[in-house]
Amino acid sequence: MSTRRPTVAIVVFPGSNDDRDAAWALGAMGAEPVFVWHDETELPDKTGAVLLPGGFSYGDYLRCGSMASVAPAMDAVRRFAEGGGLVLGVCNGFQILCEARLLPGVLRPNRQLEFVCDDVAVRVENPATVFTSRCRDGQELVLPVKHGEGAWFADEGTFVGLAARGQIVLRYAQNVNGSLGAVAGVVNERGNVMGLMPHPEHAVDPLLGSADGGLLLAALVDAASERVLAAA
Amino acid sequence: MRATVLIRPKQGILDPQGEAVQGSLRKLGFAVGQVRVGRLVDVEVEVEANGSDDARAQIKRMCDELLANPLIESYEIRLEGS
Repeated sequence: MSTRRPTVAIVVFPGSNDDRDAAWALGAMGAEPVFVWHDETELPDKTGAVLLPGGFSYGDYLRCGSMASVAPAMDAVRRFAEGGGLVLGVCNGFQILCEARLLPGVLRPNRQLEFVCDDVAVRVENPATVFTSRCRDGQELVLPVKHGEGAWFADEGTFVGLAARGQIVLRYAQNVNGSLGAVAGVVNERGNVMGLMPHPEHAVDPLLGSADGGLLLAALVDAASERVLAAA
Repeated sequence: MRATVLIRPKQGILDPQGEAVQGSLRKLGFAVGQVRVGRLVDVEVEVEANGSDDARAQIKRMCDELLANPLIESYEIRLEGS
């Protein structure tokens, strides 16, 4: 049975704190989560997808995600992404992907200088990505956010190009942190690396207030399964 | 060789921290204009004697690869005794 579950590698940095929730949620969606410590240099065999979890890697020193972006495990993640592998970064994971320049832009301190912790509505702007394949165009997902540095920023030219190419995947219904264009999640041009500030792993059961996060994580697991099958 | 790197938010980049400091300074009665908050990093670099060009080149790489994010930050390198 377990052999049919695609492996999703969860990279754990010192200070990651949503790694276990992510593992639980991915397990509930049918994946086999495997933790990868930040100083490992390889991902597990047959990794179908990678998840970079939320938290405060390396104490958020220097800039959020900056130290993690140069960790040994990130070299392996970069190679995996360059080979077309699927990578999803949540919250601190999104910050890490931006700092690693695997995603465009950067996450800056919230406009209001306050930590925001709330369930928020985000609108699916592009349902045609691997990560949003279970969502409808314009669908509003209710997902929790909890961050102090979630204001996504890019220069105007970059932003216009991203929007034109459908790389702005999620936007806040109400801009909770001063993100440029109310951006909550972006995907790379190739479509295999995505980051978002809201936490799908905390919203996979109605008892938690919303199960909408399951749509994103289940889509990741779907795609990871296909990738593992294709490689077999 | 010792170096100091000054890292600043680029002009035009919103700096909420600087705005908050500006507000607090004004509450204290200071007549201040724009306030921007950056970062300072002191680095000791191991280089050969008279290697200040080498040190500068190394520190520039440190800035580009880790210490600064060029999307939002500019940096200035000061080498001690050069």
